[in-house]
Amino acid sequence: MSAAIGYFDDEHHLLDAVRAARAAGMDVRDAFVPYAVHGLDEAMGQPRSRLPWVCFIAGLTGGALALSFELWTSVVSWPLNVGGKPFASVPAFIPVMFELTVLSAALTSVLAFFLRSRLFPGKRATALPRVTDDRFALVLEHDGPATRDLLRAAGAVEITAEASTTAGGAT
Amino acid sequence: MAEPLSHHPEVAIEATRPPLVTAPRTLAGITDDIFGQLQRRATWKWWAAFAVAASLLALGIGTVTYEILTGIGTWGLNRTVGWAFDITNFVFWVGIGHAGTLISAILFLFRQKWRTSINRSAEAMTLIAVMCAGVFPLIHMGRPWVGFFVFPYPNDRGPLWVNFRSPLLWDVFAISTYFTVSAVFWFVGLIPDLATVRDRLTAGFKKKVFTALSFGWTGSARIWARYETLYMLLAGLATPLVLSVHTIVSMDFATSVIPGWHTTIFPPYFVAGAVFSGFAMVLTLLIIARSVMGLEHLITTRHLENMAKIIIVTGSIVGLAYGTEFFIAWFSGNPYERFAFINRATGPFAWSYWIMVTCNVVSPQLLWSKRLRTSPAVLFVLSLVINVGMWFERFVIIVTSLHRDFLPSSWTSYAPTKIEVFTLMGSFGLFFTLFLLFVRALPAVSIGEVKSVLGVGRAPRTPQAVTDLSAPAPAKEVA
Repeated sequence: MSAAIGYFDDEHHLLDAVRAARAAGMDVRDAFVPYAVHGLDEAMGQPRSRLPWVCFIAGLTGGALALSFELWTSVVSWPLNVGGKPFASVPAFIPVMFELTVLSAALTSVLAFFLRSRLFPGKRATALPRVTDDRFALVLEHDGPATRDLLRAAGAVEITAEASTTAGGAT
Repeated sequence: MAEPLSHHPEVAIEATRPPLVTAPRTLAGITDDIFGQLQRRATWKWWAAFAVAASLLALGIGTVTYEILTGIGTWGLNRTVGWAFDITNFVFWVGIGHAGTLISAILFLFRQKWRTSINRSAEAMTLIAVMCAGVFPLIHMGRPWVGFFVFPYPNDRGPLWVNFRSPLLWDVFAISTYFTVSAVFWFVGLIPDLATVRDRLTAGFKKKVFTALSFGWTGSARIWARYETLYMLLAGLATPLVLSVHTIVSMDFATSVIPGWHTTIFPPYFVAGAVFSGFAMVLTLLIIARSVMGLEHLITTRHLENMAKIIIVTGSIVGLAYGTEFFIAWFSGNPYERFAFINRATGPFAWSYWIMVTCNVVSPQLLWSKRLRTSPAVLFVLSLVINVGMWFERFVIIVTSLHRDFLPSSWTSYAPTKIEVFTLMGSFGLFFTLFLLFVRALPAVSIGEVKSVLGVGRAPRTPQAVTDLSAPAPAKEVA
């Protein structure tokens, strides 16, 4: 099964095409753009990312582990009297707990993003021509007269066909 | 007067503002500009700057090697001025870094689109400044090869753990977290641009490197949507993080009982001072970079002017903090506190205090003049003046408080040795060497983000044009 790829040189034409394709009940496989186009995710009906939950839970876990570790080292493993302060000096443990909360939330979110988007160092990927530069591409499933008419009407400057295994690859 | 476009308020607002990048640019034109920088041979100006920076770095490496082999007795540090040049430099460099995070994270959350031309290089500056900062506590230990003792790892000394109640340990966590998160944030921001460069390169070693680093980025809109979420999350995390870092650095001082240090004003005062000095350093670097690299149409006078405005605000906060400190020292009725401040302004180090006040409080007020704050030459000179002033601020805080302690018997003076001065010069060498390498090796302006604020195809369009898809467009077709 092949897909039709329409290339645009204006983000608005791309957005129009995405909206028209969805209104006509066509399957939008993906779009390829040189920068984050405002409103494209909504137009494509992309569900909201769950990354904020990953971030929140990782932050909570990191903070809890940090505080537990501080308490364990200072109260259980080797309690040391420092200037007569209590072993469990919780207020003094907050800065380190805060830093490790942020560290854990940030690193886990980035890792989750890479895993979910299947991006990794050295990955071989061929981007469609010029989409990382100055063109916007829309990949519609089922190459045929209907899809091509729609792309042309929306202002595509070039339309090509491509097998589904090579176009994009992102899900 | 033209009637405002009331049904499109955002269009009306945008239309009244000067454009973010001057000269009509196309999307490919932006790529050409930045990509061209990477492909072009280095100019003689770059080589000249690099030669100076690398020489300073070599001097620094030589000095630090000598100091480590001989011992920190080579420094002018003494009892009771046990902290001086090294910790002054440490606080100075950490502060410089803060402007980068402010631009990349806080201005992002406030939707300040002008940040797009400068955020990449400001973030790089942050990373490099934090590296410069990290050198100082490490060499101040005297035995840097056991520097890893600062981390709580299972050891055969008990295990004896680190003291989590110590602000110096908080610093270890704050600075290392700050460096890690800033590096990750910077790299995530670079990925789309690395892919743009990868796709422009035709072959060769450089293409292989950019292919490896761009993580297989294809510009997929589904990944872009997730990427935007991630970027927002990282900005949201970096914002409290950057505030926490200088807060914790200030607690190194504020949690002690030394007069002049033991004050609750320190955290906000340090954070404002950090942003103030950092913006001055961003100005120094960008005024040079935009002229050497011919990027005046991307890093415009408007960008410089906006940074100058932030300098006025933070400089005024710093001025207010100096005044408040002085007032509270008198108002508290604490004779030690009162003495510490009178000694700062009139004692043996009064000269450094007045350099600080002139550079940090008086000089930024010149920027109220529009003519001055839109002149790159004036801004360049003022940015250097402010950097000098902010270095002296840390020097004043550290040296004047330590050289006149509670006990007159432990009063002493302090003068840096050649070794300390050379180490400071070496840290500037490290800073500029790495920055110069960065502008040659990686896209120094965020290609993707600048494209998103260009407004290509964003001209207000008639409602008909939006809905009417029947107009035939000349499309080239390939079956």
